[in-house]
Amino acid sequence: TNGPVRCSSQGRIEKVLIANRGEIACRVMRTAKKMGVRSVAVYSEADRHSMHVAMADEAYHIGPASSQQSYLSMEKIMRVAKTSSAQAIHPGYGFLSENTEFAELCKQEGIIFIGPPSSAIRDMGIKSTSKHIMAAAGVPIIEGYHGDDQSDQKLKEEARRIGFPVMIKAVRGGGGKGMRIAGSEAEFHDQLESARREARKSFNDDVMLVEKFVENPRHVEVQVFGDQHGNAVYLFERDCSVQRRHQKIIEEAPGPGISPEVRRKLGEAAVRAAKAVNYVGAGTVEFIMDSQHNFYFMEMNTRLQVEHPVSEMITGTDLVEWQLRVAAGEKLPLMQEEIELKGHSFEARIYAEDPSNDFLPGAGPLLHLSTPRGDDFIRIETGVRQGDEVSVHYDPMIAKLVVWGEDRSAALKKLRYCLYQYNIVGLSTNIDFLLSLSRHPEFEAGNVHTSFIPQHYSELFPAPKTTSKEALCQAALGLVLREKTMTSNFIAHSDDRYSPFASCNGRRVNILYTRNLMLLDGENKVEVAICYNQDGTYRMEIDGEVFQVSGDLIHEDKASYLRCSINGVASKPKLVILDNTVHLFSMEGHAEVALPVPKFLAGVSATAAQGGTVAPMTGTIEKVFVKAGDKVQIGDPLMIMLAMKMEHTIRAPKAGVIKRVFFKEGSQANRHSPLVELEEEQAISE
Amino acid sequence: GRLTATAAFTRFYHGDRVATLGCQPDLNSPLFQENYERMQALVTELKERADKIKLGGGERARKLHTSRGKLLPRERVDRLIDPGSPFLEFSQFAAYQLYGNEEVPAGGIITGIGRVSGVECVIVANDATVKGGTYYPITVKKHLRAQEIAQQNHLPCIYLVDSGGANLPRQADVFPDRDHFGRIFFNQARLSSERIAQIAVVMGSCTAGGAYVPAMADESIIVRKQGTIFLGGPPLVKAATGEEVSAEDLGGADLHCRKSGVTDHYALDDAHALHLARKAVRNLNYQKKVDVTVERPEDPLFPADEIYGIVGDNLKRNFDVREVIARIVDGSKFDEFKAFYGDTLVTGFARIFGYPVGIIGNNGVLFSESAKKGTHFIELCCQRNIPLVFLQNITGFMVGKEYEAGGIAKDGAKMVTAVACANVPKITVLIGGSYGAGNYGMCGRAYSPRFLYMWPNARISVMGGEQAATVLATITKDQKAREGKQFSAEEEAALKEPIVKRFEEEGSPYFSSSRLWDDGIIDPADTRLVLGLSLSAALNAPTKSTRFGVFRM
Repeated sequence: TNGPVRCSSQGRIEKVLIANRGEIACRVMRTAKKMGVRSVAVYSEADRHSMHVAMADEAYHIGPASSQQSYLSMEKIMRVAKTSSAQAIHPGYGFLSENTEFAELCKQEGIIFIGPPSSAIRDMGIKSTSKHIMAAAGVPIIEGYHGDDQSDQKLKEEARRIGFPVMIKAVRGGGGKGMRIAGSEAEFHDQLESARREARKSFNDDVMLVEKFVENPRHVEVQVFGDQHGNAVYLFERDCSVQRRHQKIIEEAPGPGISPEVRRKLGEAAVRAAKAVNYVGAGTVEFIMDSQHNFYFMEMNTRLQVEHPVSEMITGTDLVEWQLRVAAGEKLPLMQEEIELKGHSFEARIYAEDPSNDFLPGAGPLLHLSTPRGDDFIRIETGVRQGDEVSVHYDPMIAKLVVWGEDRSAALKKLRYCLYQYNIVGLSTNIDFLLSLSRHPEFEAGNVHTSFIPQHYSELFPAPKTTSKEALCQAALGLVLREKTMTSNFIAHSDDRYSPFASCNGRRVNILYTRNLMLLDGENKVEVAICYNQDGTYRMEIDGEVFQVSGDLIHEDKASYLRCSINGVASKPKLVILDNTVHLFSMEGHAEVALPVPKFLAGVSATAAQGGTVAPMTGTIEKVFVKAGDKVQIGDPLMIMLAMKMEHTIRAPKAGVIKRVFFKEGSQANRHSPLVELEEEQAISE
Repeated sequence: GRLTATAAFTRFYHGDRVATLGCQPDLNSPLFQENYERMQALVTELKERADKIKLGGGERARKLHTSRGKLLPRERVDRLIDPGSPFLEFSQFAAYQLYGNEEVPAGGIITGIGRVSGVECVIVANDATVKGGTYYPITVKKHLRAQEIAQQNHLPCIYLVDSGGANLPRQADVFPDRDHFGRIFFNQARLSSERIAQIAVVMGSCTAGGAYVPAMADESIIVRKQGTIFLGGPPLVKAATGEEVSAEDLGGADLHCRKSGVTDHYALDDAHALHLARKAVRNLNYQKKVDVTVERPEDPLFPADEIYGIVGDNLKRNFDVREVIARIVDGSKFDEFKAFYGDTLVTGFARIFGYPVGIIGNNGVLFSESAKKGTHFIELCCQRNIPLVFLQNITGFMVGKEYEAGGIAKDGAKMVTAVACANVPKITVLIGGSYGAGNYGMCGRAYSPRFLYMWPNARISVMGGEQAATVLATITKDQKAREGKQFSAEEEAALKEPIVKRFEEEGSPYFSSSRLWDDGIIDPADTRLVLGLSLSAALNAPTKSTRFGVFRM
């Protein structure tokens, strides 16, 4: 009934094209390999050396870095599908995964689109339509306006009718893009405009809906699966309540504190929803849940979700395998009564972002990357390796860390343990934040909701602590031991291999060598007096406190560890020294200590930053509000920068006169590059 | 096949093992314990004295120095050499109790060898906290000795200059003679002509003659608002011409880097200057070529500090020098040469930090056979280009009718000729007594060993104090007898006592080191390291073949 492609015989997929990149492309390929299905990758210029390209059996270049001209280009992808004679296309998530036209195109070209029928995508993609269908199918929905009259006036009236706070949301939107909350009528206009602007950028469509905003709700979603034979099952719920910037950060399955009865109700409602649109393949029905565990249909995502692994972990399934089999016309591998919930699973999303700066997305090189070792209960879903770059062009997610445990507390314990071993240097990540989140007693108790982060802000963002003296000793030891490798470079120049001059024992005649090492703990200068004992140990003194230190560097699993003893206490932190910074990773957390850059090596660029403002990240200058000679007040907007698909307003750090503007609209600015030169007012009046 | 291979391997393995030397001493024997304690007391005294010298010109001078943003001279050296690498410092006890009440720690100048950018360099650093870094006679001597070491071992020189020039009250002992101040610049020119790099870092004043250190250097660096170079300082200029000028304008970094061209590199501070000096060494395009085979070093089988218990401080007590060798050489492996012949001299081959050495050590007074054996062994080492290490503990050549008649003078002369002419690196360590012609045969200072070190228990003099006193007493007694006078036992004792005392004082290693008769007093437990560093430095010089003089047969 769904057209000739879907009725095709089983086992036809021998080669699948993955129209995606990053971790999901790798994830799909892994299952494809397992099933003996050959995989075809596509890649943009920016991804030439990416992991997904290396993993694929074949890979095709499809254009420049910009997604519009690569991963979103239907024609190019279709051409590759034809050239490589792939029978199916897996769209992953994002990009073309919920694009009706693309699903249609596949159908026309006789290629299996691994996803639901285009009609289901269309119905579910338009929020207003989806709610009508759901209401008709007896799925509880939430009050809202989904009408065609998009005038500011009408939308505002509807908002007033529903009652503030309301949510303004792009009809074609998703993933928090083109979504704003208006707490009062006064804010409504600004938020509406902002949502529209973002929606136009992201989806080329600014039709908005308005709906009731539930205070502190939980975000609970149900994994469903349908086949071409009219079957549909649910694989229980996931709780994705804890979010920042309206984007998920940590997910778990099953939802904490949800009774079997509510679970069954949720699942059955989700299956009803799926059946209402003749759903085929993997889908997710999202609900808002209030504190009484009442739930309301929000939307249905007609794709494999980022967080699908937690559902796999508690049901022992491989949903990508299911997708491939169902797409090939097979029946669902398991029927509802065969699907068993076992244990508990968490997923933590590791992002290149700066949690302390409003989770500002970041990009940059993964100079050091080491992860816990994966096994049946610990999965590291990633598309990057050490040395790769988190590109400004795409989503800044570095990896998903997925763990499974017998119960919630066991799984949570494992999550924390693994997070400690997930160490990245080179760019800001949210790992430390994920740790403090997973350690939070309210999170531990399962009291999660979408306002969790703002509500517990102060505990989640503790004031930066000074580094312990023990950690300073470790850092100093690490630096001293590193000097040995520098010395061995010189040994390579000569055939004099064993000269005692090449050692790093700091030996002096009749006296002991003591050196003062200046370290920077954040802004604080700390002086460590290191005395080289004759037996190869060190006596370190910080602020009058003495430490007996010894140790060496060892290399395991491509990472360096500092095996050391400080006043008799042995430890083995992971050590990464890059440029002038020492990073120590241990179960106590992450310590970062820098070496001050000597005067003669410090660049002059610092002066520009002092007298102006710098780009917080690499991005495109969208709008410039000022020109040379303009007087600005502190906080005045200077520019709008578009980076990581988000708008960032660059504001004046102080009052003054603009001396120079370094970028014009449309130009690209690198991270930390000065944007304007600003002269302080006092300086002028003098 | 497998069995045979194992057997072959085992044979080879044992073949290498048989050469080990030394035996486990009875650590609880009263003799060992007494020796140990007494030597340890000497070492503790040595280190305490060195710790004081390390501080240079005292707390006030140091504070004043650092308050100007300058690094202390030892910090300069530490930051100049490769991070954490060893520094072989020379003659810490220069000027020790030499100038009466005037203390001139380390002679006001720090010299030594350290690796800079992987290159072993001689470093000469003025200590401005000591009498403004001015040159005392011993300062000049120490500076010249450092240059001699550079010349003999072919080591680039780095001068960290911070000195007020010649010490004016002592100018007569500093300025005019051959081995006085002028010789420093003579050496700089000659060393440069021998392609031994001369790098000067001006970190303080370089006045008058001192101005020639950077000016004569191949490449020079100056620290802004800190280093000054001028032939005549502002006071002299005013006296001479009436012109008033600041030191910075007269000879600062800006003047010399921009106008005069006296200096080549402009440094913002001490750290920058040292960084530039390290870069200058990298740009020497210097490659150390070692003309000997090297093997992977092994630690000796016995702890080094057992030397304390074996040697002690009583020179009258004999010890087997092989036990000392066993605690110095790689794996305690020593291939002894002519073990049963002339056994008061121990000769043999070993390795120290992988470098081959021929060791000559005393096990008693030198007889004709011992001298001939030593001569033979020195010839072997010269033939094979093996550096020589002398472990000197010698009361002298045997005396007496029988021995004179046997030609001990002739045989001793053979050994002295061999030692004098040997062109392989020679390193001498005074581990006990060093008396009379024994000092010559065992490569004393006059025989230009590349390096000469002393243990704190060592003594050096033409003969023992007792013997000298007895000789003098006998002469006096004979003289008195000729005059028909009495020479009472009391008189004899009164005559002998000051002589013994004087010999005791002048034989002390501190007395010696203070006058630069050696390159430093070392902890016996550090001997292996000091020898290893010295050998490493010595092997920078290209091999020179040896031509011996006429041996009296």
